[in-house]
Amino acid sequence: MAAAPSTDTEALRRSASRIQSQRGTEEPPLIKWTLIALALVFSAVFLLLPLVNVFAQAFSKGLLVYWNSLTEPDSWSAIRLTLTVAAISVPLNVLFGVAAAWAIAKFEFRGKSLLTTLIDLPFSVSPVVAGLMFVLLFGLQGYFGQWLDAHDLKIIFAIPGIVLATVFVTFPFVARELIPVMQATGSEQEQAALTLGASAWQTFWHVTLPSVKWGLIYGIILCNARAMGEFGAVSVVSGHITGQTDTMPLRVEKLYNDYQGAAAFGVASLLALLALLTLGIKTLLEWRQARAYELAQRAVEELS
Amino acid sequence: MAKRRFNALPGFDLTMGFTLFYLSAIVLIPIAGLFLRALEISWQDFWRLATTERALAAYKLTFGASLVAALANAAFGTILAWVLVRYEFIGKRFIDALVDFPFALPTAVAGLTLANLFADNGWLGRWLVPLGIRGAFTPLGVVIALTFVGMPFAVRTLQPVLEHLERDVEEAAATLGASRIRTFFSIIAPTLLPAVTTGFALAFARAVGEYGSIVFISGNIRYKTEIAPQLIVEQLEEYNYAGAVALAVVLMVSSFAMLYVINWLENWSSRYQK
Repeated sequence: MAAAPSTDTEALRRSASRIQSQRGTEEPPLIKWTLIALALVFSAVFLLLPLVNVFAQAFSKGLLVYWNSLTEPDSWSAIRLTLTVAAISVPLNVLFGVAAAWAIAKFEFRGKSLLTTLIDLPFSVSPVVAGLMFVLLFGLQGYFGQWLDAHDLKIIFAIPGIVLATVFVTFPFVARELIPVMQATGSEQEQAALTLGASAWQTFWHVTLPSVKWGLIYGIILCNARAMGEFGAVSVVSGHITGQTDTMPLRVEKLYNDYQGAAAFGVASLLALLALLTLGIKTLLEWRQARAYELAQRAVEELS
Repeated sequence: MAKRRFNALPGFDLTMGFTLFYLSAIVLIPIAGLFLRALEISWQDFWRLATTERALAAYKLTFGASLVAALANAAFGTILAWVLVRYEFIGKRFIDALVDFPFALPTAVAGLTLANLFADNGWLGRWLVPLGIRGAFTPLGVVIALTFVGMPFAVRTLQPVLEHLERDVEEAAATLGASRIRTFFSIIAPTLLPAVTTGFALAFARAVGEYGSIVFISGNIRYKTEIAPQLIVEQLEEYNYAGAVALAVVLMVSSFAMLYVINWLENWSSRYQK
């Protein structure tokens, strides 16, 4: 192996003895390769094939059909609606996430763990039930239904309902990523800035935000992916009006039910692309973090 | 409320106020609305609506298929996590990054592509259907979709625990003459058990509420492949609000119970790691 420097015999001996000592803690090759084969088959069937299949089916009828499936007016309006809904609901949840993380991470108060549990609650509510809750509040049969109808306001079967349902299902993402990061950075730096005369807003903008920005970005991309891809909750409140209240996932379902397979996969391929992009950014952020950790470890080793 | 004697940071009242307001408006009031609606139904009616024959079939499929999928994830997810942490092979980093794919992929797309893969002329269906394994429009399809959506939970819960597993203990066991199998069952398996159980519970909880991927692959056949969330949608479309509310309350209460179990499990596994 080229890894061990030939001059440093001590290192060579050490690495040789490590190989020796691992022999007793490794599985026989037959078991090892059976496990790897099982893992590969499992990930091929459940990860790789579903991904490749989306693009293969989308392009199965050629580029022109693919292009038409995206630019056809009803699909195009679904794309615009999905972007609009994400553009409203993601910033709302970012604002909430930052506020909640600030209150929870920087202060001590009673009921903190209850509050954290309540913030995570939307993750354990079935999306369909989430949609139903908003129908019960704002639908024609709902608590505010009569009043809304009398004032000619429409929430259910319209864009506000879709936004509300999306905000609900993506509610915990940003807060959940930010709270541990803000807790880890402590509050000494903010206190120093305040002592030096910075205003509250300056302190937040120049001290807190830069120290949590990677956690924030991580939360935003996860929140956005779910906001654009939500199906169950949005399906209940949207009313499925073609060209008006169909988001991209709902459009995929409608095309699929109309036996327009290639077109359904065309719209779906954009959502798969979004998932890949999310995954790419997420992996990059994780590698970056692992590298920073490694560098810090090395610096500590060199010091001691 | 806050002990602010030693804390000079500003903004507690503002951020806490906004947090409570937003939490109430988006989460607490809608949930309370559902339970208030349920209270309007008399107890006999509620019981009748929540336990119709169709509802019982839907619960059986929802919880049964979620259980099978979570078990499959506990088994294959553990193998996958083990292989990713312990062995070197080509494409390892790629697969490691891809494990989160089911989490990032919209469920509708997952359902669409899985239904297509397991259909009679799909890439997998054309080999499996002649063998009698039908993935599309059967309860098996529901299990397949639920395995897909639950997989990241099983793998990602176990991975950090495996990474922090002390190799020294295994070496000590080997030095003392234990066979690899004995080391696995007496040393490694007990350490991994809490994390595997937590991963199983998370995958199960995720599966019980799942809707998007199922509607594509199950075909929604009454009494056969209809899951509980699908039944709620059907009740709503027939304007049977009481029926939808009764089913939703059953689902919600069971997911809160699972949340409680998961919290307990997470405490158990963090205690084990110390």
